[in-house]
Parts: sequence; structure tokens; C-alpha cells
Amino acid sequence: MFIQQVINGLAMGCIYGLVALGFVLIYKATEIINFGQGDLMMIGAFLAFTCVNFLHLPFLLSLLIALVLMGFLGKIIDRFVLRPLVGEPAFAMVMATIAIGILLRSLGGMIWGYDTYKFSAGITDVPVRIGSWAVSSVNLWIMAITVLLIIVLYFFFNKTKAGVSMEAASQNQLAAYLMGIGVKKVFSNIWGISAMVAAVAGILLTPIQFLNYNMGFIGLKAFPAAVLGGFGSIPGAIVGGIIIGISESLAGIYLPRGFKEVFAWVILILVLMIRPEGLFGIHQKKRV
Amino acid sequence: MRFVKRMNYLQDIQLFKYHSTIGWYLILITAFLAAPLVMGTYWVSLLILIGINIIVALGLNLVTGYTGQVSLGHAAFFAVGAYTSAVLTGKFGVSFWLALPASGVVGALVGIVVGLPALRLKGLYLAIATMGFGFIIEEIIVQWEPITNGVNGLSIKRPSLAAFSLASDKHFYYLVFPIVLLSVLVLKNLLRTSSGRAFLAIRDSETAAESMGINLAVYKTAAFCISAFYTGIAGALFAHFMRFIGPENFTILESISFLVMILVGGLGSVHGSVFGAVFITFLPEGISLSKDYLPTFIGQQAGLQAAVYGLVLLLFIRFEPLGLYGRWLKIKFYFENFPFYKKDTFRKVRKFHRTQKQ
Amino acid sequence: MTKEKKECSFFQVTDLSIQFGGILALEKVDLEVQRGEVHAIIGPNGAGKTTLFNCICRQYKADSGRIYFKGKEVSKLKPHQVVSNGIARTFQNIELFTNMTVMDNMLLGCHSKRQTGFFSDLVFWGKAQNQEIEFREKVEKVIDFLDLQAYRNRLVGNIPYGAQKYVELGRALVMEPELLLLDEPSSGLNMEETQDLAFSIEDIKMDLGITIILVEHDMRLVVDVCDTVTVLNYGRLLAHGRPTEVVKDPEVVKAYLGEEN
Repeated sequence: MFIQQVINGLAMGCIYGLVALGFVLIYKATEIINFGQGDLMMIGAFLAFTCVNFLHLPFLLSLLIALVLMGFLGKIIDRFVLRPLVGEPAFAMVMATIAIGILLRSLGGMIWGYDTYKFSAGITDVPVRIGSWAVSSVNLWIMAITVLLIIVLYFFFNKTKAGVSMEAASQNQLAAYLMGIGVKKVFSNIWGISAMVAAVAGILLTPIQFLNYNMGFIGLKAFPAAVLGGFGSIPGAIVGGIIIGISESLAGIYLPRGFKEVFAWVILILVLMIRPEGLFGIHQKKRV
Repeated sequence: MRFVKRMNYLQDIQLFKYHSTIGWYLILITAFLAAPLVMGTYWVSLLILIGINIIVALGLNLVTGYTGQVSLGHAAFFAVGAYTSAVLTGKFGVSFWLALPASGVVGALVGIVVGLPALRLKGLYLAIATMGFGFIIEEIIVQWEPITNGVNGLSIKRPSLAAFSLASDKHFYYLVFPIVLLSVLVLKNLLRTSSGRAFLAIRDSETAAESMGINLAVYKTAAFCISAFYTGIAGALFAHFMRFIGPENFTILESISFLVMILVGGLGSVHGSVFGAVFITFLPEGISLSKDYLPTFIGQQAGLQAAVYGLVLLLFIRFEPLGLYGRWLKIKFYFENFPFYKKDTFRKVRKFHRTQKQ
Repeated sequence: MTKEKKECSFFQVTDLSIQFGGILALEKVDLEVQRGEVHAIIGPNGAGKTTLFNCICRQYKADSGRIYFKGKEVSKLKPHQVVSNGIARTFQNIELFTNMTVMDNMLLGCHSKRQTGFFSDLVFWGKAQNQEIEFREKVEKVIDFLDLQAYRNRLVGNIPYGAQKYVELGRALVMEPELLLLDEPSSGLNMEETQDLAFSIEDIKMDLGITIILVEHDMRLVVDVCDTVTVLNYGRLLAHGRPTEVVKDPEVVKAYLGEEN
């Protein structure tokens, strides 16, 4: 029972972590917290769903199409919503991302309706026996893909020129600009990547949850994950997500009713009060 | 153009700069007092909702617009106020006239608790923390069934004043209107004193504010406390006006809609709070009225309201970040300086974003 | 700390050290300023001058060391309590409240003098109103003193840089301090403005009787207006004395110009 819950939590935590990763990527580069990340996730999942169920394409091709489309969507959001707002206060930016979230959600509702769908995302759910426990293959897939994605992103940000220029732009926009890095292009790419990560999270989420225009709200739970990991740290986001996922799952069986829903938020507030810089964050003093 | 000749210091701190302004406001107040006599019940109920929203907007503007602490959890204070009054009058038989201030006070106490993280957090972290509090309080309402009746919600009676019942909307209006007026006046008062300036100072530069001798902890908590008091009062009025409340009235979407209200109206301005409340209350009504005239495939969409909402928000952030109040100021400026207004008078200077990572 | 020493010095810093990560920003710094003096702190970039100010104003918590002001220890205060003890400061990169008028900025300087609570402010009658008028009188006096009349009702973000520097100085003066800390008051000013600043500092010292400590790079200004100078280098005290002597000190010359071989 305990181990089972931990594994379920681990899988859910990976998804929180992936959504949180989307936040972190955007935050690192542009200092915007994207409140619409969950809704991007929903759109991504629905795109793949449409390709498989209505266009009858094979799953991998559908995944590819969904990723490409989401990349474009991310770039479009950056180009037409956030780029004109550069220099506005952070609050305006946040409200803009909230507006994007609202728009995407109503768009999702208009296109795909308000029903709940079942979508297995090409993964058949068979129990896998490891020693004496039975583990759902869905959970294993989720974990494997998360690990893969982290490795890919790690190499991208540390070993490729495009990745390093993104890192540079996130540390100092003006200096990066003067070094000949196209800051606009970098931001645009970051949004694209972040939207793709969101799509992956959404597609992975659908086998364990249902597909619904409202599923973006699950994305909000990625905030505690990102904060716990220290907003701005890529491994932190994943670790934070996993901690949140497991503790939430355990709270569901060991604590009274209602705790499961808010446990992530309780952790969030505790972290913010005790160690606001999170597990992997760096505390910086403002200079005067 | 009008000029003011300053004769004494008292003149500087008056609420109204010109005598004529007082006249205009008196006319406006009289018009609103007379409104229920000539309006239908539908319009009066809209006015009441606007009034309740104005109180919330004033409170939220104090903490977000003036003090610069973004709160995504005001629906929680609204809920606390609503449930306090509902439970006190419904379950314990307390008079509404005691329950109303009590809901403000309980709201304020919760405000202090929520304000505590504000002492250590800046900007967006605080927004996330307040959002978390919002979720927690929503869940408490759902789970604490003996008091709140959980997801089934609570029914509430309209109050009465001595033998005079306020059951009809038109009568209830005369309860809400004075409270709105008082809220505006009190906030205006607060903002023209040292305390008010201290709030603004915290928004602009915490370091400098501290070196002015402003105790950041006290003022940030105070901002949350006063703001939550306002919102709690509004919540109580809302509960008695709607006669029925449930957890679904107080979700994160409600908090967002409060923020939209002050953003569309104008951050950091009392006028803006009023404009925003009017705009946001009318928006859904306007949409449902216009449904009949739109092509079917748009008009019949269930998500239409949310879509319009998001679109309006985006357009305001992009084209009028100062909100309706900013627009109002520009129009006023145009007429006051008639031939001299140029297109670029209010053009903003673009600056490179200065990184301030935490 | 002996009793005798407490009485004789107006403002004293002893053994002040602070560390950021591995860097010793200040190392056992001592400083002594007499009442009525204008004291300059000079040193190359990164010498810890502004850090010293931040420690005095409690923006940074010093790792060790004590600060005495008029015989009272001020090194354990909260940042907002420093002002009411009579110490005011300005900042290197102007920290004004950019969305407020010059008047409101300076009125904020009165904050530490407020006698009313939130409730009387909410009512705004009697005491709160009188206090407001009193504050305005005080600010008008400072505006006259610094010749800022032209800017009184303008938004502070929209006035020239030099004027902003003056507004910040004015805001500090409104606090009626006994000790004024000026962090690079002349940075970003042109020759003429610097000259005016020198006169203003003289006036503040003579007419208002305020003791001043200033961090400054403009040596001409330092020699003109300061009575004593402290030189810092890499967080350590290098020299101390009269300006004309200090600039000839071989150690100081070495720190500024590098070693001759």
C-alpha cells in the first residue's frame, strides 16, 4: 500500500515537475511567471488526442505534430502578447499570462467541448511486476520520459551554443544583447520549448487523469513544486515536483479528508516562510 | 486651464481641489440616492453588485495598487466575510448589525495571517503564496461541514433595521450605498496621511522606505489587514444580497476577477476601483445582452464570457496599462489644455529590463 | 568601551567586519566623527564605502563590531529605527519614490515624526489634519533651503537627475537628522552642480548644525568641504586625517595610482 502510493505519487510528481519545468524555463529567461502553463498543457494534450482519435494518425506522429504546433503556439504567445509588454511592471506581465490562460481555456472549451475524454496516449496500462510489487506500466513510462527529457534539456542548456546563449540572456539581458545574442529570438525559443514541455506533461497526464478543458488547474499545483525547488533551478523543479507528488499521495491515505487537495499549498506556504529561496535556489541581496 | 491659488496649507490636503468638484459629486450622490425610485429591480440589483465590487476593489487596490503586494487570494477574504456573517446570523442568531462589523474583523484577522508571508516575500512569490491561502480556505469551507454546510452551501436571510425590512433589492440598496460612500471616504482619508504615503513608499522602493523609518512589517501587515477588512465587509454584504453562498462563489477565478477589476479600472487609484467595479459588473450583462445579436456559432458558445474576459484583460494591459482611470485622466488633460495636447504627451519611455532576481 | 570614550566622540564605529560569501567586505574598520564635522570616506571602487553606510543604517547586518551614536549603541537597531535616532542617509543610485511628486517624497521624510495611529488617520480630523499641515510647513522650509520650488509638484521621475539628487538630500534633511550620511552626492553631477553642492553642504553644516559623513570620489569636493578624511581599501582602514595630509600619504597614493616600480 505504502510503496504503491509512493510510486503513484512519484509519477504524478514527475508531471508536476514537468509543468514546473515549463515555469522555470520561462522565469529564468524572462522573469515572467507564466500562469497559463497548465492551459498550455491542456491544449497540447488535446492536440495529440485530436490527431489520434479524429485524424487516426499513429501515436508517435501525433506526438510530433502536437509538439511542433505547441512550439509555434509558444512562439506566437511570446511574439504577440509578451514582447510588446517588455519593460512593463512584473504585475502586468503576470496578468497577461493569466489572460492567456483564460483565453486558452475558453478556446479549448469552444473547440473540444466541455466533456471529459479518455485518452491513453499510446500507453497500454499493464501491471509490471518488480519483485513483489505490481507497478503500473503507465507510471514507469511517465518516469522514463521525464528522465529522458531532463537529460535532453540538460545537454541542451549546457553543451549547445543555443542553450548557452539562453542561459546568458537569462542572467543579463542587456549584456547578452550587446554580445550579439538575439534576446528576442532567445525568448521566443524559450517560450516554444516551454510550451513543448507543457505538451509532454499534458500527454503524460492523460492516462492517469482524464482529458478535460479544465485540466489546466492541475498545472497550478506545479507552483509549489517550482517554489520548493527554488524558482529558477531546472533539477529543483523536478525534485520539487516529486516531493510534492509523493507527499500529496501519502497525505491522501494517512491524513483526514481534504488534506490531499491542499497539501501542496501547505508545503508551499511552509517553504516560503522558512526558506523562500527553495531547496536549490540562491539567496541574493539587493544592492543599494 | 484652471489655476489654484494656494493660500494656506489646509488647502493642500483637501479632498477636492476645486469648489466646483464638490458640487458635481453632490449631484452624483443625489442621483444615486434617487436611482432606485426610477429604476427597475434588475438595474438596482446590478447597482448593488457594483457597490459590493467597489468595496472589494478599494481593498484590493490598497494592497496591490498602492502597497504593491500582489494578492491572488482575495476571494478567501471575501469568503471569510461572507461565511462569518452567514454563520453568525443563521446559526447563532446574532443581529446582522453586529455580524457585519464582525465579518470585517474576522476578515482582517485572516488578512494578518495571510499578510505574514508578505514580510519575507517579494512580488510574484507573494502572489503564489496568497493563491495557496486561497485554495486552503476554499478547501476548509468545503470540509468544515458542521459550520459551513460544505458543498451544499448556506442560505441566508436579508437583514432588517428595527421594524423596517431590507428584504427587497431597493431597500437593500440603501444599506449598501452608504457603506460604499464611507469606504471611499475612509480610504481617501488614509491615503492623504503619512500612513497612506508609507504604503506608496513601500511599493516604489522598500529600501528607501525603510530608511525613512517605515516599519515594513507593520505597514505590509496593516495593508493586508485593512484590505481584508474591506473585503470581509463586502463578502458579508454579498452573502446577504445573494441569500445563498457556496464554495463555488469563492474560487481562484473570483480572485482573478478582482485583480482584473483593479487592473482594468486603474491600479493605485480610488477612481479606478470604482470604474473597474462598474466595468466588470456590466461586462457579463453586456455579453448576455449582446448574445442575441451575434452569429449563432459565437453567441451560443458557453466559453464566450471567459474569452471576452481574457481578451479585455489583454487589450487593457497592452494599450492602457493605467486602466480606465488613466484614459479618463488623458481625456481630462486633453480638454483642460485644449489646443496643446499632442499625440506623444503621454508616450512612455521604453527602458531595458533591470534584472532583480531573488 | 570606556565611559570616557563614549562621552568624547559623537559618532563611533569600532571593529566593524562583514563578510559576503568568501569576501571580507569590511575588516575591523574603526571610524570616529566629532560633532559638527564634515567627514569624508574615500577609497577605490569596491573598497567597502557603501557597505559601511549600509551597516550603519542596518541594511546589512555586520558580523561583528559596534556602532555608537551619541554614546548610545545603534548597531542592534532595526533598519527603520535608525532614523528616529537621528541618522539619515541618501543613496548612491538615487532611491526615490519614482511615482510620487517631489512634495510627497519629501513628506515621507517626516514619517519618523508622525504621532498619529492608523485610526486617527482613517478619520483624518483634528490631530491628523494638524500634523499634516505641520509636516507641509517643514517640507516647504527645506524646499526653500535647497531652491526646489520649481519642482514641488512634479513627479520625481520626470525631473532632471541633478534635481533628483537634491530631492533626495532634501528628503534626508526633512528627517531633521543630527548625522547625515551622503553616498556619493556628486556622482552624475556636472562641474557647476558639484560647486553648488559644495555650498549646500557648507550651509547644512553651518546653518543646520548637522554632522555629515560622505562617500565621495571627487577629491576637489573632499578637499573643499571636508574636515577629516578616512581612506578605505579592500575593506581595511588605510589612512585617517586632514584631507590635505591624507592625499599625500604614500599608502593612499599607492592604493589609488598603483605602485611605482
